[in-house]
Amino acid sequence: MTAAEPLLEVTDLVVEYPIKGFGRKPFRALKGVSIDVKPGECVGLVGESGSGKTTLGRAVLGLAPVTEGSVKFKGREIGTISRRERRELSEDIQVVFQDPYTSLNPSLTIEQTLAEPLRVKNVSAADARKRVRTLLDQVGLPADAAQRLPREFSGGQRQRIAIARALALEPALIVCDEPVSALDLSTQARVLDLFKDIQEATGVAYLFVSHDLAVVRHLSHRVAVMYHGEIVEYGDGDKVTSDPEHPYTQRLLMAAPVADPDRQAQRRADRARMLEAQREADLQAGAA
Amino acid sequence: MSQSADVTLEVAENVGRRSHLARRMLKNPTGLFAIIVIALLILMAAFAPLLTSQDPDYADIRNILASPSAEHLLGTDSAGRDVWARLVFATRYSLLGAALATFLAAIIGVTSGLIAGYYGRWFESVSAWLTSLVMALPGLVVLLAARAVIGPTLWGAMAIFGVLLAPAFYRLTQAAVMGVRNELYVDAARVAGVKDPSIIGRHILTVVRAPVIIQAAIVTLIAIAIQAGLGFIGMSDPTIPTWGGMLNDAFTKMYQQPLLLVWPASIIALASVAFALFANALRDELERSAKPKKAKSKTKAAVNAEGAPAEVHAETEAAPRDLLLEVDGLVVGYDQPDGSLTQVVNGVSLTVRKGEVHGLIGESGSGKTQTAFSILGLLPEGGRVAAGSIVFDGDELTGKSVKQMRKIQGKRISYVPQEPMSNLDPSFTIGSQLVEPMRETLGISGKEAKARALDLLAKVGLPDPEKTFRSYPHQVSGGQAQRVLIAGAISCEPDLIIADEPTTALDVTVQADILDLLRGLQQELGVAVLLVTHNFGVVADLCDRVSVMQKGRIVETGPARSIFAGPRHAYTQSLFDAILEDGAARGSLSHSSDRHVNAGGAK
Amino acid sequence: MVQFTLRRLGAGVVLLFAITTIAYLLLYLSGGDIARQILGQTATEETVAKKAEELGLNEPLIPRYVNWLSDALHGDFGRSWFSSQPVAETITSRLSVTLTLVVGTVLISAIVSIALGVWAARKRGWVDRLIQVLSILGFAIPSFLIAILLVNVFALNLGWFQPTGYIRWSASPAGWLESVTLPIIALSIGAVAAVAQQVRGSVIDAQRQDWVRTLRSRGVRENKVIYKHVLRNAGGPALAVLALQFVGLLGGTLIVEQIFAIPGIGPLTIQSTTQGDIPIVMGVVVATGVVVVVVNLVFDLLQGFLNPKVRLS
Repeated sequence: MTAAEPLLEVTDLVVEYPIKGFGRKPFRALKGVSIDVKPGECVGLVGESGSGKTTLGRAVLGLAPVTEGSVKFKGREIGTISRRERRELSEDIQVVFQDPYTSLNPSLTIEQTLAEPLRVKNVSAADARKRVRTLLDQVGLPADAAQRLPREFSGGQRQRIAIARALALEPALIVCDEPVSALDLSTQARVLDLFKDIQEATGVAYLFVSHDLAVVRHLSHRVAVMYHGEIVEYGDGDKVTSDPEHPYTQRLLMAAPVADPDRQAQRRADRARMLEAQREADLQAGAA
Repeated sequence: MSQSADVTLEVAENVGRRSHLARRMLKNPTGLFAIIVIALLILMAAFAPLLTSQDPDYADIRNILASPSAEHLLGTDSAGRDVWARLVFATRYSLLGAALATFLAAIIGVTSGLIAGYYGRWFESVSAWLTSLVMALPGLVVLLAARAVIGPTLWGAMAIFGVLLAPAFYRLTQAAVMGVRNELYVDAARVAGVKDPSIIGRHILTVVRAPVIIQAAIVTLIAIAIQAGLGFIGMSDPTIPTWGGMLNDAFTKMYQQPLLLVWPASIIALASVAFALFANALRDELERSAKPKKAKSKTKAAVNAEGAPAEVHAETEAAPRDLLLEVDGLVVGYDQPDGSLTQVVNGVSLTVRKGEVHGLIGESGSGKTQTAFSILGLLPEGGRVAAGSIVFDGDELTGKSVKQMRKIQGKRISYVPQEPMSNLDPSFTIGSQLVEPMRETLGISGKEAKARALDLLAKVGLPDPEKTFRSYPHQVSGGQAQRVLIAGAISCEPDLIIADEPTTALDVTVQADILDLLRGLQQELGVAVLLVTHNFGVVADLCDRVSVMQKGRIVETGPARSIFAGPRHAYTQSLFDAILEDGAARGSLSHSSDRHVNAGGAK
Repeated sequence: MVQFTLRRLGAGVVLLFAITTIAYLLLYLSGGDIARQILGQTATEETVAKKAEELGLNEPLIPRYVNWLSDALHGDFGRSWFSSQPVAETITSRLSVTLTLVVGTVLISAIVSIALGVWAARKRGWVDRLIQVLSILGFAIPSFLIAILLVNVFALNLGWFQPTGYIRWSASPAGWLESVTLPIIALSIGAVAAVAQQVRGSVIDAQRQDWVRTLRSRGVRENKVIYKHVLRNAGGPALAVLALQFVGLLGGTLIVEQIFAIPGIGPLTIQSTTQGDIPIVMGVVVATGVVVVVVNLVFDLLQGFLNPKVRLS
């Protein structure tokens, strides 16, 4: 496999959720989305609530129903495979979820949680234990963490544990669903650096879902912007997050306040002007 | 070899945790009492033949309704049978009958609940319907109807009753599994390649185990009651002694030998109460263990408000405005059962001037929200201001009663919360929730209040005030709900608004709109705002002055511009360093590294 | 709201149909030699055969059921095999007595349990603990045991009430009140215990909701916060428990009526069950089914009234 060939290739993906009640139209969460991730690459997926960004991540993981389109991993269709085949994919695709408090089973020790994916692959107990030590070290946690329960750790530490679990089987791709949005500012920066370091050390690829343009910019090589179940802009990370073309991305960028009173005053004024311009453009488009 | 070692390890741990709960049950007085009574009843049932030399069915018709004597410990019944012997054997049959019902109910209910909860779809719809069918049937009527068909059999009746009680277990299990199924750790296990049976066993059964035991105790007591009831109206199997049957016999001879009623009635009551207490004690212990233990600074009674003084930036305005709020040495704590105080705010001092926006910034657990709540006089249950003073417009607020505070709340100090959706009462329309406080604090008529509410809704930028006024909270979006809450906060023209992370729960584009709204209203009304936030961008957007909080203390305070220009405290500096906005982008993959691509591709 | 009501009503009718169908098939499928049972051992084979013919027992089950159903839809539930009285008449006269007891119990337990539950939730401390202990006892001890206790203490020993018997409202309102007091108390205690616990729990939960803090921050009086807002939100779960209690109450009433010799559905059911008077048993099943469906509909509507999400979805 060469670097140019995508690791993950999503084409015209449609995901629909049935709505309870007879004869109701299903809810269309994704309306034909295409995206690709190359080996070792981080692709950021940014959007607001209800944009479908999380659904796209879950569809790649096999946790959301694929209605139309295709999801290919290393050239193989994985959108509609059986549960058994999906289980085998666990060596290749892993996940880190948003909420560090509910993504770990509160009644299992850290070692039990981390060993779970290894035990499934019939790694012996002794080897699993050794691997758990290595993983904890890799994410910057002490070895004695293994025997403790999740409730003894802070949010940032739990997220490190979740990253360790994702790394256990040395996957080629990790889907990261808002992995830092529940964390405090200073913790968030450290966890993002950990993501970066791990990628540089192991060459794993990330599909990194976030609502925060700044977070995505910090970590992503390429960025896709989602809005109402569609990708509205997709390209170079720096370009999309600093000089976007699509009006929605522009609105998104201008809405985030800057941590400087004078520059924020400037941005506020720019935003007001931009919104006015977009409104006029919409009016003209409507009139035409 | 290693596999079995691992399995034993896991079993040992599970047993360890379970015995932990069991040990606590034994330490709980009601739990211990219940366990002893249940154990005694079971022993009585198991060793019935050893406890009496009399035949429970031998009728001595020359010696009916005898009083207690050496020969007949508790006397004899209307047919001259030994009451003690009957009681002992009745315990055996009654408990076995109840056990049969409970066992069947649990097996059917838990199994179907697991399947319905985990896989859902048609199985769930069918079981849900069957459940509502069975639950709509009065158990006793069904049992009586069944008796007309199958005759008086204890086991038959209890088996049917077991089926009728299965929904209790079904509902419990299904709800628990539905809850767990959507937990992210179950998703993570699935992505990790764990098979469904292991997920159910490892992640799901552990969650429902204790609630099922509690339910089993309750179902057992219901089965005992219904069985005794059937026996009491003479509908049980006359050939075997049961508690209910004894009660039936005793009731007919109530006038001649009232003592006969006492024995079966007491044992039924005792058994029922024991099972109820058992369920209750287990529930209590379970709830206690579910509470997370928080490690926070604990102090015995004495209050600790010491610490390094905050970095104070000089005022930049030539003529500072008058003070509105003056908090001095504020300590907030939560009383613990052991008499100690868990402090969450450790001596906060800050001032808010008339008409200014003061940002209170800090990370989670810094005590910023607790500080805000103590100014509002609305600390959560168990929390109290342990030391310090809060002076609002010359008036000391600490030590005021709930009633006195209510006169200040809304009218002088108001509040904009963090989560818009959870801060509106779901049962009342938005309009009524706006009108009610205005009528109360301003004493205006309903008509006047409604007109004002509509004005306010228009003022906070809601496109159709009439429609929003009539809507229920679940019919509006989060951004709209936050506008409604802001309208409520300004409705009685307060002097100070305490806004607790007012935009944190919102999408970034909505946040920008709400910030614009807050700024516009603040300037128009000249109201002072204490803005609690963790976001420096929000502070930069709105605030005149800032206080930075860490671990329950203010570490730095002063005019916003001067802090943004030169943060002095190490903690403030570290926060600024962590800000990502305007940081360098990662760049594209090709020139950042080709080497790890190869590493990844080689896998 | 109309759509909501119609949907619940439809579900109720389907439920009723299912219950009656299952009950009919089960009751008649294993009926045994009913004609012999009615006529006794001394009857000749011929008369038994004639009786069976007369009762339509020789026809196949399904057409018989269809007949029964179409008659039932016209209000004709057949006649008792033993007294030859029409089933519908026998049951309606007795059902009114039972319903008096049940409705009285539901109303009284709703009022008492709201009062106790709110009191426990607001006072906490020893009041809370006492109410909790009493709730456990009340929940655990079966209603008929309480009834026996009440008869012994208040009727036999103290002589305040007649131990048994029922006086109709139309005959003497005071006498009626006296005759239903003890039965209603006996039935209420269990329901009060269960519902009060639920009210207490949901009031405590509701008090911790964010919107309670927000209402307080607006200067709304504490009593209004509790009795208007908190209680209304706590009402849904409490109502659900009360609805469940109601189904259980129907069973409890049968036994309590037997103890107090009240001429309701209870003694009739027990008698017809022992005799194997299947038309009456079937009538009782239908009657209780109708009552349960109607009452559940009322509870659903109340639920919709309390919770706009239910009403408007």
